[in-house]
Amino acid sequence: MRVLDAEEAVADVADGSTVLVGGFGTAGMPFTLLDALVRQGARDLTVVSNNAGNGETGLAALLAAGQVRKMICSFPRQADSYVFDALYREGKIELEVVPQGNLAERMRAAGAGIGGFFTPTGYGTMLAEGKETRTIDGRDYVLEAPLRGDVALIAARRADTLGNLVYHKTARNFGPVMATAATTTIVEVDDVVDAGGIDPECVVTPGIFVDRVVAVGAEQRVAAREGARA
Amino acid sequence: MSVGQTVRDATTVEHTDREPLSRDEMAQVVARDIPAGAYVNLGIGQPTRVADHLPDEKGIVLHTENGMLRMGPRAEGDAVDPDLVNAGKIPVTELPGAAYFHHADSFAMMRGGHLDVCVLGAFQVSQHGDLANWHTGDPDAIPAVGGAMDLAVGAKDVFVMMTMFAKDGSSKLVESLTYPATGLACVSRVYTEYGVFDVGADGVSVRETYGITVDALRKRLPVALRRLED
Repeated sequence: MRVLDAEEAVADVADGSTVLVGGFGTAGMPFTLLDALVRQGARDLTVVSNNAGNGETGLAALLAAGQVRKMICSFPRQADSYVFDALYREGKIELEVVPQGNLAERMRAAGAGIGGFFTPTGYGTMLAEGKETRTIDGRDYVLEAPLRGDVALIAARRADTLGNLVYHKTARNFGPVMATAATTTIVEVDDVVDAGGIDPECVVTPGIFVDRVVAVGAEQRVAAREGARA
Repeated sequence: MSVGQTVRDATTVEHTDREPLSRDEMAQVVARDIPAGAYVNLGIGQPTRVADHLPDEKGIVLHTENGMLRMGPRAEGDAVDPDLVNAGKIPVTELPGAAYFHHADSFAMMRGGHLDVCVLGAFQVSQHGDLANWHTGDPDAIPAVGGAMDLAVGAKDVFVMMTMFAKDGSSKLVESLTYPATGLACVSRVYTEYGVFDVGADGVSVRETYGITVDALRKRLPVALRRLED
């Protein structure tokens, strides 16, 4: 695990990568890492995130820069998703809609080495069309595949120097799952403490899942969310 | 204003001495029927009103699928924290005994049958409990499912709150869905301004009516209505 600045942390994100982006709306969105990825310029990305950007910052800025070929998400359409909406209506971006729990579980499966799973969610709906089904103990299930990322960009409250993470309230959302499901997991945090600075009983994401940490500072995090550029 | 007691004995109750339920009264009737101590998820929109009518002494625990139990009321003023939001991304508060968790755990609570009641809105519900609430089928709409399909199959009881009739006057309680399904045979009870209905394998039973008789409803709905005592 290495502590880097944001530019260094995303420098090797390759064109065509699948990028898991944490956050539920703006709660838990890694704004600083996304801003750095816009400056880095990787293109033709597939982005996996619950939503498809809010306003013009964070994920919406990445979309506006034309760097995303495909969105995989559960709920693209929101009151402030106008950047995505315009790209979609112009045919400039692909969309795969995945039920929210399937999105989480598909990444969990990828991170846990599970080759697929049968879920009742979506059975009999258009989102399960063409998928294998099975009746188990009288209940109908749909086979879903793991969803792996080349890179995960997530936000947490605090890391220690080994990459152990704690989160903040509902900003936790997809972070712990995405951290397990990517080849390279990059985390922005408010601060980094020495090993031992986080109670081992309170660690949410163990450092084994974390590759790079960027210490952003709470003030910078708020500024990035509000759209101010440092 | 009285909305009547929960129907416990097997006799349909006709409240004909009053108007149909207002939106707020409908929320009150749903709240009345949620058992003490239940773990409950309230869907986005109209169902969130139910929270206003859950007395503390019932000890009901609210779940929000973005990762929290013991969610409190909407946050105001200095209590607003962008990292603490509900499924509609509205800032909320935490109650003593709250717990945060990641998305895979949150949806395991649903899919795994740990939630007692989920309250959802709907475009249509079929007589056998099929639910349509995520997509109108309009080819120009940007599809967005969120947690709707997971919620539909997850809770032990799925309650739907909706108006009895669509804007074009057609019944939203239907023989079979014409909108794309969210889930099959998943709804157990439907609350509308005109009445409360059990739906399932045996079709539709009327628990209560408001401002109308069962016989008058039979003339307006396209499904067979049974009385509880039949």
